[in-house]
Amino acid sequence: MTVTVSMTLNGQAVAHAIEERTLLVTYIRDLCRLTGTHIGCDTSQCGACTVHLDGKAVKSCNVLALQAEGAHVTTIEGLVSSDGTLHPMQEAFKTHHGLQCGYCTPGMVMSAVHLLKIIEQPTEEQIRDQLDGNLCRCTGYHNIIKAVKEASKIMAKQA
Amino acid sequence: MYSFKYKKPVSISDAQACLAKGSESKLLAGGQSLTAAMKLRLSSPKELIDLSAIAELSGIKIGNGEVTIGAMTRHADVASSASLRTHIPGLANLAGGIADRMVRSMGTLGGSLANNDPAADYPAATLGLGASIVTNERQIKADDFFLGMFETALRTNEIITSVIFPVPTRSAYAKFKHPASRYATIGVFVAEFNGVVRVAVTGAALVVFRFTELEKVLSQRFSSESIAEIKIDESGLNSDLNADAAYRSHLITRMAMQAVDSLQA
Repeated sequence: MTVTVSMTLNGQAVAHAIEERTLLVTYIRDLCRLTGTHIGCDTSQCGACTVHLDGKAVKSCNVLALQAEGAHVTTIEGLVSSDGTLHPMQEAFKTHHGLQCGYCTPGMVMSAVHLLKIIEQPTEEQIRDQLDGNLCRCTGYHNIIKAVKEASKIMAKQA
Repeated sequence: MYSFKYKKPVSISDAQACLAKGSESKLLAGGQSLTAAMKLRLSSPKELIDLSAIAELSGIKIGNGEVTIGAMTRHADVASSASLRTHIPGLANLAGGIADRMVRSMGTLGGSLANNDPAADYPAATLGLGASIVTNERQIKADDFFLGMFETALRTNEIITSVIFPVPTRSAYAKFKHPASRYATIGVFVAEFNGVVRVAVTGAALVVFRFTELEKVLSQRFSSESIAEIKIDESGLNSDLNADAAYRSHLITRMAMQAVDSLQA
């Protein structure tokens, strides 16, 4: 434990002493005890570790905690409002059964939320293409696509 | 990964000083190749020098017939740059197809070129456009930059600061993606400069290369039919799990045709 890292995590200021080699996903899960972010492949292919770093989706297993120094990090736990209301993307995943085992789901949701920031009303083809960094072994992706499409409609109405 | 020391310089001269002082130190750009390699213990530098705090290393500048992109500019920002799309849409499209959106949030132009993965996308655009790699010491022409697998003309402690891309008449990139990694099993970048065509191929061999036979034919007649029967010699092409050399040779021609066709529309 040789350096201190600090960041804003889901709106809260956090700081810990860490080794320089600590990955962001390890920082989030082991030190901050937010275990919604998952380690799937650990080789930056599956996307189960996806979080937002200053508003952009990143694979936290392939980012050093130190690279998030002073940044705003949002994890899946940070999508829920303070009063417990689910994010429209989470609601849509529920409605359309966009998960089975749930292991890829936090990464899928975080990735999809970022996608809708870039493309507000993506076509099905765009959703399939843009979620190519998130792998799911259970669902065959159909319901995930439906959920993202639904969320894009809900969020457009809310805008 | 093994332990290392970490430095975060705030200027290029600061970074130079860190490199000069350190031993077995490596520059950290986006980390999308380096961090992954270090996790697998394929790379174990004793010190990482993080370039992300050096603001002057990022940005896209439109010049006279050329676009200069800072070495730390993230793939996502290159892909979404309206001004780049106006001048070199082929380059913006290439950046938008690198890996996946999360990797594009972090990965950088300079990191990609310095690493020179044989299946990386940026080397194809850089060689295809005949760009110049600007370092803290000199400018290196693309034709002289890519030496071998993971090997470039960069000297020890030399830092890429930006890349100058000449604006072509038109250009396009066609890529046959590996389904999981989204690396280029084959990627072909075609650029035309007033009738003179350059064709750069990545993913096929140990290093990006120019397909000179296609360049000659396309410079005479820019159409996919004119190159449909031209295949590169298989010897010298990679054979691996994803594709054997014969298939790669076939894919090179097909991807070149796709790139040309996309410019005819």
